[in-house]
Amino acid sequence: MTLTLTHYLLASTVLFGVGIYGAFSRRNAIGLLLAIELIMLAVALNFTAASNFLGTAGGQVFAVFVITVAAAEAAVGLALIIAIYRNQKDVDLDKLTLLKW
Amino acid sequence: MLEHAWIIPALPIAAAALVGLLGRRINRFAGWITSAAIAGSLLLALRLMWDVLAHPGVKEITLPWLQTAGGLMIQMGMLIDPLSSVMLVIVTFVSLMVQVYSLGYMAEDEGIGRYFAFLSLFTFSMLGLVLSNNLIFLYMFWELVGLSSYLLIGFWYKKPEAANAAKKAFVVTRFGDMGFLIGILVVGYFLNTFNILALGDAVKAGKLAGGLATAVALLLFCGAMGKSGQFPLHIWLPDAMEGPTPVSALIHAATMVAAGVFMVARLFPLFAASETAMLTVSYIGGFTAIFAATIACVQDDIKRILAYSTLSQLGYMVMALGCGGYTAGMFHLTTHAAFKALLFLAAGSVIHAVHTNDIWKMGGLCRSMGITTAVMLIASLALAGVFPFAGFFSKDEVLVSTFLAGRMDLLFVGLLTALLTSFYIFRMFFVVFAGKPATDKHAHEASWVMTIPMLLLSILAAGLGAATAPFGHFLQASFGAPAMETEYHGRLIPALATLMAVLGFAWAYLVYLQKAVSASLLMRRFLPIYTLLKNKYYIDEMYQWAVQRIMFVVSRALAWFDRNIVDGAVNGVAWLCRLTGDGLSRLQQGRLQTYLIMFVAGVVIIIMVVLASNPTVLAWMK
Repeated sequence: MTLTLTHYLLASTVLFGVGIYGAFSRRNAIGLLLAIELIMLAVALNFTAASNFLGTAGGQVFAVFVITVAAAEAAVGLALIIAIYRNQKDVDLDKLTLLKW
Repeated sequence: MLEHAWIIPALPIAAAALVGLLGRRINRFAGWITSAAIAGSLLLALRLMWDVLAHPGVKEITLPWLQTAGGLMIQMGMLIDPLSSVMLVIVTFVSLMVQVYSLGYMAEDEGIGRYFAFLSLFTFSMLGLVLSNNLIFLYMFWELVGLSSYLLIGFWYKKPEAANAAKKAFVVTRFGDMGFLIGILVVGYFLNTFNILALGDAVKAGKLAGGLATAVALLLFCGAMGKSGQFPLHIWLPDAMEGPTPVSALIHAATMVAAGVFMVARLFPLFAASETAMLTVSYIGGFTAIFAATIACVQDDIKRILAYSTLSQLGYMVMALGCGGYTAGMFHLTTHAAFKALLFLAAGSVIHAVHTNDIWKMGGLCRSMGITTAVMLIASLALAGVFPFAGFFSKDEVLVSTFLAGRMDLLFVGLLTALLTSFYIFRMFFVVFAGKPATDKHAHEASWVMTIPMLLLSILAAGLGAATAPFGHFLQASFGAPAMETEYHGRLIPALATLMAVLGFAWAYLVYLQKAVSASLLMRRFLPIYTLLKNKYYIDEMYQWAVQRIMFVVSRALAWFDRNIVDGAVNGVAWLCRLTGDGLSRLQQGRLQTYLIMFVAGVVIIIMVVLASNPTVLAWMK
């Protein structure tokens, strides 16, 4: 059995689904951040698979971009979480409901 | 001289500004400054009339003022013809007499500077009105006249009656002015000009005819009804007696009420274009004449008697104009200006001496006030229309104009009014000047500043009749077509008019001097009529009723509608917005993951919609 594009896409979809589920359900802010990383990686995987399938390099370049953005986003997200933790002594998303009406 | 005619109104307004702005510091000289200005105007007006007499005809001096996009040009200008030159002389002369008289009459009033400033403003407004060559300026000065009369009637503004009378005068004339303004705009719209001469030409060319002509004439006449106190807008004039007496003289003789008659005369071609309008005008005039004369017969206040007399005489003028008696109306305006101003000034002199307006508290004044009695007698004879005083000639012309127009009913009304006029004026004269003094207070003759104007006016009231024929010929140049009253040379109408005057005199003589017939007996015998007249036909009460029962009810309903429906709609919209906002703001829970779910759900929905509307995808799905 050889790996076809479909396999890659399936793996990517599973990865995306896990990420979405994590993002929806994790109570911990760091867990949310990790889930978002998973979604980003699913996207990056999609790009590389498509690039391989089409035989062009564009997708791989974009995958590198996505990884870069993910790294930056993780840095900013962690900084925010630390700031929130210092302020609230907590990173439980259910309790961080200050930004409401 | 013609180019400099603008100086005639400019002098009084300059004096008014000077006196008004310098205020109390020059109170002592205020009257002299304004009187000097008016005297200058009078001299110029006389000079102007001399020029117009030498070169009769119509002259117009214009400057462009406003140019509208539609090609409508409004000019600023003066129309100088026999009509305006005569009016200029009347206005400046009466104003001067009143100003000089006021120097004595108002000497002890602290607001004297304000008084003379207003008086000059009044004169200026009227002079401007007389000189206007287009309807827009005519209307502007028309309103200025209304404003100045408001200021002067309410001069003693601390008296509630005076303040109310001023408001009444302003509001009532406003009703007429509204019609006047609409009339002006309609004329401007249909004939595309506001220039009076151009309007006359357009009417002669037949551009205004039928129902439109009638509507325009009646709308314009509304203004005259308000200003000249024609029924049913007459109610402000008797109340205007709350102002100082010289002001009454000015209002009744030269400035305010003359404006309406002058306007009809000035726009005569517009009126003449419609038979119906002329009929209406003449009947309103005739009705006002007899209506006001009957009321005057039972009034106790000396100034109110004269006020109703003015209404009645204005009715005569309007009646004459409505019958086509253009020069008759204007001539009666002229003589009336002289003898009515004189009547008021003499009445003022009496009031000044006895400090009351009630004729029953006067009496026997002929012994202490010789000059006043003499001039009052002259003025009364002129008003009653006794030969050879001025009123005889002008009243005769008015009656002849109704006769020549073939309106026998109006002629009859005119004659009956003449009888009543003679009765009420001699009733007043006998009660005030003859008999025994009603009080012990010793009345004394007024000072020379008050008597000299009266004497000058009495010369005119006595002798103006000599000018009848020249006056008629002179004025015709303003109007073009020959006036018809010159065609009548009969003796019957003058004889009848004189008979009426004599009958009225005899009636008053028997009742109030000889006391052959008891006044109180007459009163009791005709009590219902007496009560009706005493209460001025309850016209004021009718207005009161109409305002309270009709206007206020409608207003209240409208106020309710405004408050509950209009405001309710506005408030309802605001309430709805707030409610929606309140509800929607509940979505902002502050839960990050709820936002995320909504965001993802939104993206999914959008993607599905986009895909579902894509034909390729649709085909694939099938």
